[in-house]
Amino acid sequence: MAASAAQVSSFSLHDVVAEIATALVPFKKSEIEITATTDISRDLNMDSLAVMDLLMELEDKFDVSIPLNMVPEISTVGQLAQTVIDSKKGA
Amino acid sequence: MGLMDRFKAQRELHAAVKTCGADPFGVKMDKILSSTEALVEGRRTILCGSNNYLGFTFDADCIQAAKDALDACGTGTTGSRIANGSYNDHKALEADLADFYGKKHCMVFTTGYQANLGAISTLAGPDDFLIIDADSHASIYDACKLGSATVIRFKHNDPADLDRRLGRLADQPGNKIVVVEGIYSMLGDHAPLKEFVAVSKKHGAYILVDEAHSMGVMGKTGQGVVEHDGVLDQVDFITGTFSKSMGAIGGFLVSNDPDFEILRVSCRPYMFTASLPPATVASVRVSLAKLRANPGLMNKLWDNVDTLYNGVQAAGFSVGKQKGPVVAIHLTDPAMAARAWRALLLNGVYVNLALPPATPSGTALLRCSVSAAHSTEQLETVVSILSQIGREIGILKNETRAVAAE
Repeated sequence: MAASAAQVSSFSLHDVVAEIATALVPFKKSEIEITATTDISRDLNMDSLAVMDLLMELEDKFDVSIPLNMVPEISTVGQLAQTVIDSKKGA
Repeated sequence: MGLMDRFKAQRELHAAVKTCGADPFGVKMDKILSSTEALVEGRRTILCGSNNYLGFTFDADCIQAAKDALDACGTGTTGSRIANGSYNDHKALEADLADFYGKKHCMVFTTGYQANLGAISTLAGPDDFLIIDADSHASIYDACKLGSATVIRFKHNDPADLDRRLGRLADQPGNKIVVVEGIYSMLGDHAPLKEFVAVSKKHGAYILVDEAHSMGVMGKTGQGVVEHDGVLDQVDFITGTFSKSMGAIGGFLVSNDPDFEILRVSCRPYMFTASLPPATVASVRVSLAKLRANPGLMNKLWDNVDTLYNGVQAAGFSVGKQKGPVVAIHLTDPAMAARAWRALLLNGVYVNLALPPATPSGTALLRCSVSAAHSTEQLETVVSILSQIGREIGILKNETRAVAAE
Protein backbone atom coordinates (compact mmCIF):
# COMPACT_ATOMS: atom_id res chain seq x y z
CA MET A 1 0.00 0.00 0.00
CA ALA A 2 2.73 2.49 0.90
CA ALA A 3 3.75 4.58 -2.07
CA SER A 4 7.38 4.30 -3.03
CA ALA A 5 9.65 7.30 -2.56
CA ALA A 6 9.92 7.78 -6.33
CA GLN A 7 6.16 8.01 -6.66
CA VAL A 8 5.79 10.45 -3.80
CA SER A 9 8.43 12.86 -5.04
CA SER A 10 6.39 13.35 -8.20
CA PHE A 11 3.09 13.78 -6.32
CA SER A 12 1.35 17.09 -6.80
CA LEU A 13 -0.67 18.89 -4.16
CA HIS A 14 -3.76 17.68 -6.02
CA ASP A 15 -2.68 14.03 -5.77
CA VAL A 16 -1.88 14.30 -2.05
CA VAL A 17 -5.23 15.98 -1.35
CA ALA A 18 -6.94 13.09 -3.15
CA GLU A 19 -5.06 10.54 -1.00
CA ILE A 20 -5.97 12.41 2.18
CA ALA A 21 -9.61 12.64 1.08
CA THR A 22 -9.68 8.84 0.76
CA ALA A 23 -8.22 8.44 4.26
CA LEU A 24 -10.84 10.85 5.62
CA VAL A 25 -13.90 9.06 4.22
CA PRO A 26 -14.70 7.40 7.59
CA PHE A 27 -14.86 10.84 9.24
CA LYS A 28 -17.26 12.51 6.80
CA LYS A 29 -20.31 13.91 8.62
CA SER A 30 -22.44 14.02 5.47
CA GLU A 31 -22.03 13.64 1.74
CA ILE A 32 -19.78 16.69 1.53
CA GLU A 33 -16.91 16.50 -0.93
CA ILE A 34 -13.49 16.69 0.71
CA THR A 35 -11.34 19.34 -0.98
CA ALA A 36 -8.22 21.34 -0.15
CA THR A 37 -10.36 23.89 1.71
CA THR A 38 -12.14 21.35 3.97
CA ASP A 39 -11.47 22.28 7.61
CA ILE A 40 -10.35 19.14 9.43
CA SER A 41 -11.77 19.85 12.88
CA ARG A 42 -14.82 21.94 11.89
CA ASP A 43 -16.10 20.08 8.80
CA LEU A 44 -15.21 16.54 9.84
CA ASN A 45 -16.09 14.39 12.80
CA MET A 46 -12.54 14.17 14.18
CA ASP A 47 -11.21 14.58 17.71
CA SER A 48 -7.58 15.35 18.53
CA LEU A 49 -6.73 11.65 18.76
CA ALA A 50 -8.23 10.93 15.32
CA VAL A 51 -6.15 13.75 13.81
CA MET A 52 -2.96 12.30 15.33
CA ASP A 53 -3.89 8.84 14.05
CA LEU A 54 -4.43 10.30 10.57
CA LEU A 55 -0.95 11.86 10.64
CA MET A 56 0.52 8.46 11.48
CA GLU A 57 -1.34 6.85 8.60
CA LEU A 58 -0.11 9.54 6.20
CA GLU A 59 3.47 9.13 7.45
CA ASP A 60 3.29 5.47 6.38
CA LYS A 61 1.47 6.15 3.12
CA PHE A 62 4.03 8.72 1.96
CA ASP A 63 7.05 7.42 3.91
CA VAL A 64 7.69 10.75 5.65
CA SER A 65 7.95 12.07 9.20
CA ILE A 66 5.19 14.52 10.17
CA PRO A 67 5.98 15.86 13.66
CA LEU A 68 3.11 16.39 16.11
CA ASN A 69 4.49 19.92 16.44
CA MET A 70 2.87 20.64 13.06
CA VAL A 71 -0.68 19.91 14.29
CA PRO A 72 -1.52 23.44 15.52
CA GLU A 73 -0.58 24.85 12.12
CA ILE A 74 -2.79 22.50 10.12
CA SER A 75 -6.46 23.34 9.82
CA THR A 76 -7.38 22.47 6.23
CA VAL A 77 -6.81 19.40 4.08
CA GLY A 78 -4.76 21.60 1.72
CA GLN A 79 -2.42 22.65 4.55
CA LEU A 80 -2.05 19.03 5.59
CA ALA A 81 -1.20 18.04 2.02
CA GLN A 82 1.39 20.82 1.80
CA THR A 83 2.92 19.58 5.08
CA VAL A 84 3.27 16.09 3.60
CA ILE A 85 4.96 17.51 0.47
CA ASP A 86 7.31 19.69 2.55
CA SER A 87 8.19 16.73 4.80
CA LYS A 88 9.13 14.75 1.70
CA LYS A 89 11.39 17.53 0.44
CA GLY A 90 13.01 17.95 3.83
CA ALA A 91 13.76 14.23 4.18
CA MET B 1 -17.07 34.82 22.08
CA GLY B 2 -17.08 34.15 25.82
CA LEU B 3 -14.02 32.85 27.64
CA MET B 4 -15.48 29.37 28.17
CA ASP B 5 -17.39 29.12 24.87
CA ARG B 6 -14.71 27.03 23.22
CA PHE B 7 -15.47 24.19 25.67
CA LYS B 8 -18.88 23.68 24.06
CA ALA B 9 -18.04 20.17 22.83
CA GLN B 10 -16.64 19.10 26.23
CA ARG B 11 -19.67 20.58 27.99
CA GLU B 12 -22.03 18.59 25.76
CA LEU B 13 -20.06 15.36 26.23
CA HIS B 14 -19.92 15.84 30.00
CA ALA B 15 -23.65 16.60 30.18
CA ALA B 16 -24.40 13.47 28.15
CA VAL B 17 -22.32 11.31 30.52
CA LYS B 18 -24.05 12.80 33.57
CA THR B 19 -27.46 11.61 32.30
CA CYS B 20 -26.48 8.23 33.78
CA GLY B 21 -27.48 9.78 37.12
CA ALA B 22 -24.18 11.03 38.56
CA ASP B 23 -20.93 12.65 37.48
CA PRO B 24 -18.34 9.90 36.93
CA PHE B 25 -15.59 12.52 37.08
CA GLY B 26 -16.81 14.17 40.27
CA VAL B 27 -17.50 11.39 42.76
CA LYS B 28 -17.50 12.51 46.38
CA MET B 29 -15.90 10.10 48.81
CA ASP B 30 -17.77 11.03 52.02
CA LYS B 31 -15.40 9.04 54.22
CA ILE B 32 -12.40 6.84 53.45
CA LEU B 33 -12.76 3.68 55.55
CA SER B 34 -9.64 1.76 54.53
CA SER B 35 -7.36 1.28 51.53
CA THR B 36 -10.19 -0.64 49.82
CA GLU B 37 -13.42 0.91 51.13
CA ALA B 38 -15.14 4.30 51.32
CA LEU B 39 -18.55 5.71 52.11
CA VAL B 40 -20.13 7.08 48.92
CA GLU B 41 -23.68 8.50 48.96
CA GLY B 42 -24.03 6.87 52.37
CA ARG B 43 -23.13 3.40 51.07
CA ARG B 44 -20.16 1.25 52.02
CA THR B 45 -18.36 1.02 48.67
CA ILE B 46 -15.55 -1.26 47.50
CA LEU B 47 -12.80 0.84 45.89
CA CYS B 48 -11.78 -1.02 42.76
CA GLY B 49 -10.29 1.84 40.73
CA SER B 50 -7.80 3.59 42.96
CA ASN B 51 -4.38 2.23 41.81
CA ASN B 52 -3.51 1.46 45.43
CA TYR B 53 -1.66 -1.64 44.22
CA LEU B 54 0.03 -2.62 47.49
CA GLY B 55 -2.56 -1.02 49.81
CA PHE B 56 0.07 1.15 51.51
CA THR B 57 -2.26 4.13 52.12
CA PHE B 58 -3.36 2.67 55.46
CA ASP B 59 -0.20 0.77 56.38
CA ALA B 60 0.44 1.36 60.09
CA ASP B 61 4.21 1.81 59.68
CA CYS B 62 3.80 4.30 56.81
CA ILE B 63 1.28 6.28 58.83
CA GLN B 64 3.53 6.30 61.90
CA ALA B 65 6.53 7.50 59.87
CA ALA B 66 4.41 10.28 58.37
CA LYS B 67 3.17 11.33 61.83
CA ASP B 68 6.72 11.41 63.21
CA ALA B 69 7.92 13.52 60.28
CA LEU B 70 4.98 15.86 60.71
CA ASP B 71 5.93 16.42 64.35
CA ALA B 72 9.63 16.78 63.62
CA CYS B 73 9.60 18.82 60.37
CA GLY B 74 6.20 20.48 60.09
CA THR B 75 3.42 20.41 57.53
CA GLY B 76 5.23 21.64 54.44
CA THR B 77 8.46 22.92 52.95
CA THR B 78 6.83 26.17 51.70
CA GLY B 79 9.10 26.32 48.70
CA SER B 80 11.23 24.61 46.12
CA ARG B 81 14.41 22.64 46.64
CA ILE B 82 16.52 25.34 44.94
CA ALA B 83 15.06 28.13 47.11
CA ASN B 84 14.27 26.51 50.47
CA GLY B 85 16.83 23.74 50.40
CA SER B 86 16.54 19.97 50.57
CA TYR B 87 15.53 18.29 53.80
CA ASN B 88 17.53 15.26 54.91
CA ASP B 89 14.69 12.97 53.90
CA HIS B 90 14.49 14.36 50.33
CA LYS B 91 18.12 13.37 49.84
CA ALA B 92 17.62 10.07 51.68
CA LEU B 93 14.65 9.13 49.50
CA GLU B 94 16.68 9.94 46.38
CA ALA B 95 19.47 7.71 47.66
CA ASP B 96 16.95 4.93 48.45
CA LEU B 97 15.51 5.05 44.92
CA ALA B 98 18.90 5.22 43.19
CA ASP B 99 19.91 2.17 45.22
CA PHE B 100 16.63 0.34 44.48
CA TYR B 101 17.18 0.78 40.74
CA GLY B 102 20.95 0.34 40.87
CA LYS B 103 21.41 3.72 39.17
CA LYS B 104 23.82 6.46 40.21
CA HIS B 105 21.38 9.36 40.30
CA CYS B 106 17.85 10.20 41.35
CA MET B 107 15.70 13.31 41.45
CA VAL B 108 12.42 13.42 43.31
CA PHE B 109 9.53 15.52 41.99
CA THR B 110 6.37 16.74 43.69
CA THR B 111 4.06 14.60 41.53
CA GLY B 112 4.47 11.81 39.01
CA TYR B 113 2.98 14.12 36.39
CA GLN B 114 5.76 16.63 37.06
CA ALA B 115 8.42 13.91 36.89
CA ASN B 116 7.42 13.13 33.29
CA LEU B 117 6.78 16.77 32.48
CA GLY B 118 10.18 17.79 33.80
CA ALA B 119 12.31 14.89 32.63
CA ILE B 120 10.97 14.64 29.08
CA SER B 121 10.70 18.38 28.36
CA THR B 122 14.22 19.04 29.67
CA LEU B 123 16.18 16.04 28.36
CA ALA B 124 15.21 16.66 24.72
CA GLY B 125 16.42 19.98 23.27
CA PRO B 126 15.32 21.96 20.21
CA ASP B 127 17.43 19.88 17.80
CA ASP B 128 16.37 16.55 19.33
CA PHE B 129 13.54 14.10 18.70
CA LEU B 130 11.04 12.55 21.09
CA ILE B 131 9.53 9.35 19.73
CA ILE B 132 6.54 8.49 21.90
CA ASP B 133 4.07 5.61 22.08
CA ALA B 134 0.67 6.62 20.66
CA ASP B 135 -1.11 5.62 23.91
CA SER B 136 1.16 7.72 26.13
CA HIS B 137 -0.19 9.27 29.32
CA ALA B 138 -1.22 12.95 29.26
CA SER B 139 1.90 13.88 31.24
CA ILE B 140 4.06 12.65 28.34
CA TYR B 141 2.03 14.53 25.73
CA ASP B 142 2.13 17.67 27.90
CA ALA B 143 5.90 17.29 28.33
CA CYS B 144 6.21 17.26 24.54
CA LYS B 145 4.22 20.50 24.35
CA LEU B 146 6.29 22.14 27.09
CA GLY B 147 9.58 21.13 25.50
CA SER B 148 11.16 22.21 22.25
CA ALA B 149 11.96 18.88 20.56
CA THR B 150 10.40 17.48 17.40
CA VAL B 151 7.77 14.88 18.37
CA ILE B 152 6.97 11.71 16.44
CA ARG B 153 4.35 9.18 17.57
CA PHE B 154 4.56 5.42 16.94
CA LYS B 155 1.91 2.71 17.08
CA HIS B 156 1.14 1.49 20.58
CA ASN B 157 3.40 -1.34 21.80
CA ASP B 158 4.68 -1.97 18.26
CA PRO B 159 8.49 -2.28 18.07
CA ALA B 160 8.44 -2.80 14.26
CA ASP B 161 6.56 0.47 13.87
CA LEU B 162 9.08 2.24 16.14
CA ASP B 163 11.88 0.76 14.00
CA ARG B 164 10.29 2.16 10.83
CA ARG B 165 9.79 5.64 12.28
CA LEU B 166 13.31 5.82 13.75
CA GLY B 167 14.56 4.66 10.34
CA ARG B 168 12.95 7.69 8.69
CA LEU B 169 14.91 9.93 11.07
CA ALA B 170 18.25 8.21 10.37
CA ASP B 171 19.72 11.21 8.52
CA GLN B 172 18.62 13.73 11.13
CA PRO B 173 21.53 14.82 13.35
CA GLY B 174 19.67 15.38 16.67
CA ASN B 175 19.52 12.99 19.63
CA LYS B 176 16.54 10.66 19.70
CA ILE B 177 14.74 9.71 22.91
CA VAL B 178 12.17 6.92 22.81
CA VAL B 179 9.48 7.24 25.51
CA VAL B 180 7.41 4.25 26.61
CA GLU B 181 5.50 3.19 29.72
CA GLY B 182 5.84 -0.07 31.66
CA ILE B 183 2.16 -0.82 32.24
CA TYR B 184 -0.31 1.42 30.38
CA SER B 185 -2.77 3.00 32.79
CA MET B 186 -5.95 2.64 30.73
CA LEU B 187 -5.73 -0.72 28.94
CA GLY B 188 -3.42 -2.30 31.52
CA ASP B 189 -1.14 -3.92 28.95
CA HIS B 190 2.63 -3.67 29.26
CA ALA B 191 5.36 -2.70 26.83
CA PRO B 192 7.49 -5.31 25.01
CA LEU B 193 10.48 -3.59 26.56
CA LYS B 194 13.18 -6.01 25.44
CA GLU B 195 12.21 -5.38 21.81
CA PHE B 196 11.88 -1.61 22.34
CA VAL B 197 15.35 -1.49 23.91
CA ALA B 198 16.84 -3.48 21.00
CA VAL B 199 15.24 -1.18 18.39
CA SER B 200 16.33 1.95 20.28
CA LYS B 201 19.94 0.72 20.54
CA LYS B 202 19.96 -0.23 16.86
CA HIS B 203 19.18 3.39 15.96
CA GLY B 204 21.43 4.91 18.64
CA ALA B 205 18.42 6.31 20.51
CA TYR B 206 18.07 6.82 24.25
CA ILE B 207 15.12 5.15 25.96
CA LEU B 208 13.04 6.45 28.87
CA VAL B 209 10.55 4.14 30.62
CA ASP B 210 7.74 5.39 32.85
CA GLU B 211 7.11 2.72 35.48
CA ALA B 212 4.24 4.60 37.19
CA HIS B 213 1.83 1.66 37.12
CA SER B 214 4.44 -1.12 37.17
CA MET B 215 6.74 -0.23 40.08
CA GLY B 216 5.84 -2.45 43.05
CA VAL B 217 3.84 -4.55 40.62
CA MET B 218 6.14 -6.26 38.09
CA GLY B 219 9.61 -7.76 38.24
CA LYS B 220 11.01 -10.01 40.95
CA THR B 221 11.81 -7.14 43.31
CA GLY B 222 9.16 -4.70 42.04
CA GLN B 223 11.34 -2.48 39.83
CA GLY B 224 8.77 -2.81 37.07
CA VAL B 225 8.84 -3.96 33.47
CA VAL B 226 12.56 -3.05 33.21
CA GLU B 227 13.16 -5.91 35.63
CA HIS B 228 10.49 -8.23 34.22
CA ASP B 229 12.15 -7.96 30.79
CA GLY B 230 15.72 -7.96 32.17
CA VAL B 231 16.71 -4.62 30.60
CA LEU B 232 17.29 -2.42 33.65
CA ASP B 233 20.98 -1.87 32.77
CA GLN B 234 20.15 -0.93 29.18
CA VAL B 235 17.49 1.67 29.93
CA ASP B 236 18.79 5.26 30.07
CA PHE B 237 16.07 6.88 32.17
CA ILE B 238 13.27 5.61 34.41
CA THR B 239 10.46 7.77 35.77
CA GLY B 240 7.82 6.74 38.25
CA THR B 241 5.35 7.86 40.85
CA PHE B 242 4.68 7.49 44.57
CA SER B 243 0.93 7.83 44.07
CA LYS B 244 0.22 4.25 43.01
CA SER B 245 1.98 1.33 44.74
CA MET B 246 3.79 3.66 47.18
CA GLY B 247 0.44 4.96 48.48
CA ALA B 248 1.28 8.67 48.66
CA ILE B 249 2.17 11.31 46.04
CA GLY B 250 5.34 12.39 44.23
CA GLY B 251 7.48 11.28 41.34
CA PHE B 252 11.07 10.41 40.46
CA LEU B 253 13.66 10.15 37.72
CA VAL B 254 16.67 7.79 37.95
CA SER B 255 19.61 7.45 35.57
CA ASN B 256 23.33 6.76 35.26
CA ASP B 257 23.92 9.79 33.06
CA PRO B 258 27.14 11.43 34.33
CA ASP B 259 25.76 14.95 33.80
CA PHE B 260 22.51 14.19 35.62
CA GLU B 261 22.96 16.80 38.38
CA ILE B 262 22.67 19.71 35.89
CA LEU B 263 18.97 18.87 35.65
CA ARG B 264 18.46 20.26 39.16
CA VAL B 265 19.15 23.77 37.86
CA SER B 266 17.66 23.30 34.38
CA CYS B 267 14.41 21.38 34.84
CA ARG B 268 11.66 23.91 35.45
CA PRO B 269 8.94 21.55 36.80
CA TYR B 270 11.53 20.57 39.45
CA MET B 271 12.83 24.08 40.15
CA PHE B 272 9.69 26.16 40.32
CA THR B 273 7.32 24.22 42.54
CA ALA B 274 7.32 23.46 46.25
CA SER B 275 9.05 20.22 47.20
CA LEU B 276 7.31 17.21 48.73
CA PRO B 277 6.13 17.67 52.33
CA PRO B 278 8.17 15.80 54.98
CA ALA B 279 5.30 13.49 56.00
CA THR B 280 4.89 12.28 52.42
CA VAL B 281 8.60 11.68 51.94
CA ALA B 282 8.75 9.74 55.21
CA SER B 283 5.83 7.48 54.33
CA VAL B 284 7.26 6.76 50.86
CA ARG B 285 10.62 5.80 52.36
CA VAL B 286 8.83 3.26 54.54
CA SER B 287 6.67 1.96 51.64
CA LEU B 288 9.77 1.41 49.52
CA ALA B 289 11.66 -0.21 52.41
CA LYS B 290 8.73 -2.55 53.05
CA LEU B 291 8.53 -3.54 49.38
CA ARG B 292 12.29 -4.21 49.35
CA ALA B 293 12.17 -6.21 52.56
CA ASN B 294 9.22 -8.25 51.38
CA PRO B 295 8.71 -8.45 47.60
CA GLY B 296 6.28 -11.26 48.43
CA LEU B 297 3.70 -8.47 48.98
CA MET B 298 3.32 -8.58 45.21
CA ASN B 299 2.21 -12.25 45.33
CA LYS B 300 -1.01 -11.30 47.08
CA LEU B 301 -1.58 -8.60 44.44
CA TRP B 302 -1.17 -11.12 41.62
CA ASP B 303 -3.42 -13.68 43.36
CA ASN B 304 -6.04 -10.93 43.51
CA VAL B 305 -5.45 -10.10 39.84
CA ASP B 306 -6.26 -13.74 39.04
CA THR B 307 -9.50 -13.54 41.00
CA LEU B 308 -10.75 -10.38 39.27
CA TYR B 309 -9.37 -10.93 35.76
CA ASN B 310 -10.38 -14.58 35.52
CA GLY B 311 -13.72 -13.79 37.14
CA VAL B 312 -14.79 -11.06 34.73
CA GLN B 313 -13.42 -12.98 31.76
CA ALA B 314 -15.37 -16.11 32.75
CA ALA B 315 -18.48 -13.95 33.16
CA GLY B 316 -18.13 -13.09 29.48
CA PHE B 317 -16.75 -9.55 29.58
CA SER B 318 -14.23 -8.44 27.00
CA VAL B 319 -10.98 -7.65 28.82
CA GLY B 320 -7.43 -6.73 27.76
CA LYS B 321 -5.20 -9.57 26.52
CA GLN B 322 -2.50 -9.11 29.14
CA LYS B 323 -3.35 -9.96 32.71
CA GLY B 324 -2.37 -7.32 35.26
CA PRO B 325 -3.60 -5.15 38.12
CA VAL B 326 -5.39 -2.82 35.69
CA VAL B 327 -8.36 -4.85 34.46
CA ALA B 328 -10.11 -2.89 31.73
CA ILE B 329 -13.53 -4.08 30.58
CA HIS B 330 -14.02 -2.97 26.97
CA LEU B 331 -17.38 -1.66 25.76
CA THR B 332 -18.25 -0.16 22.41
CA ASP B 333 -21.06 2.10 23.61
CA PRO B 334 -20.07 5.01 25.92
CA ALA B 335 -23.68 5.53 27.08
CA MET B 336 -24.00 1.89 28.08
CA ALA B 337 -20.65 2.11 29.87
CA ALA B 338 -21.86 5.16 31.83
CA ARG B 339 -25.08 3.35 32.82
CA ALA B 340 -23.09 0.33 33.98
CA TRP B 341 -20.71 2.58 35.92
CA ARG B 342 -23.64 4.25 37.70
CA ALA B 343 -25.33 0.93 38.50
CA LEU B 344 -22.06 -0.36 39.97
CA LEU B 345 -21.78 2.66 42.26
CA LEU B 346 -25.40 2.26 43.38
CA ASN B 347 -24.49 -1.32 44.27
CA GLY B 348 -21.40 -0.37 46.26
CA VAL B 349 -18.64 -0.86 43.70
CA TYR B 350 -16.42 2.00 42.53
CA VAL B 351 -14.48 1.60 39.28
CA ASN B 352 -13.21 4.19 36.78
CA LEU B 353 -15.18 5.13 33.71
CA ALA B 354 -12.88 6.00 30.82
CA LEU B 355 -14.24 7.40 27.58
CA PRO B 356 -12.82 8.46 24.21
CA PRO B 357 -10.73 10.45 23.38
CA ALA B 358 -8.96 9.62 26.67
CA THR B 359 -9.10 5.96 25.58
CA PRO B 360 -7.55 4.46 22.43
CA SER B 361 -9.59 3.57 19.33
CA GLY B 362 -12.99 4.76 20.49
CA THR B 363 -13.50 2.15 23.22
CA ALA B 364 -15.27 2.93 26.47
CA LEU B 365 -13.74 1.26 29.52
CA LEU B 366 -14.92 0.18 32.92
CA ARG B 367 -11.44 0.33 34.36
CA CYS B 368 -10.86 -1.71 37.50
CA SER B 369 -7.63 -1.75 39.47
CA VAL B 370 -6.66 -4.45 41.92
CA SER B 371 -4.94 -3.99 45.28
CA ALA B 372 -3.03 -6.48 47.40
CA ALA B 373 -5.23 -5.17 50.21
CA HIS B 374 -8.45 -6.42 48.59
CA SER B 375 -9.85 -9.55 50.19
CA THR B 376 -10.81 -12.42 47.89
CA GLU B 377 -14.40 -11.91 49.07
CA GLN B 378 -14.36 -8.23 48.01
CA LEU B 379 -13.18 -9.13 44.52
CA GLU B 380 -15.69 -11.98 44.22
CA THR B 381 -18.38 -9.47 45.19
CA VAL B 382 -17.14 -7.10 42.46
CA VAL B 383 -17.27 -9.91 39.87
CA SER B 384 -20.75 -10.95 40.96
CA ILE B 385 -22.19 -7.40 40.92
CA LEU B 386 -20.48 -6.68 37.59
CA SER B 387 -21.99 -9.84 36.09
CA GLN B 388 -25.47 -9.05 37.36
CA ILE B 389 -25.34 -5.49 36.01
CA GLY B 390 -23.76 -6.69 32.78
CA ARG B 391 -26.76 -8.96 32.20
CA GLU B 392 -29.32 -6.32 33.22
CA ILE B 393 -27.86 -3.65 30.96
CA GLY B 394 -27.31 -6.02 28.09
CA ILE B 395 -23.49 -6.08 28.02
CA LEU B 396 -23.61 -9.81 28.71
CA LYS B 397 -25.87 -12.44 27.19
CA ASN B 398 -28.21 -13.96 29.74
CA GLU B 399 -26.42 -17.25 30.07
CA THR B 400 -22.76 -17.19 30.91
CA ARG B 401 -20.79 -18.34 27.91
CA ALA B 402 -18.31 -21.14 28.10
CA VAL B 403 -14.77 -19.90 28.72
CA ALA B 404 -13.45 -19.01 25.30
CA ALA B 405 -10.28 -20.68 24.15
CA GLU B 406 -7.69 -18.05 23.25
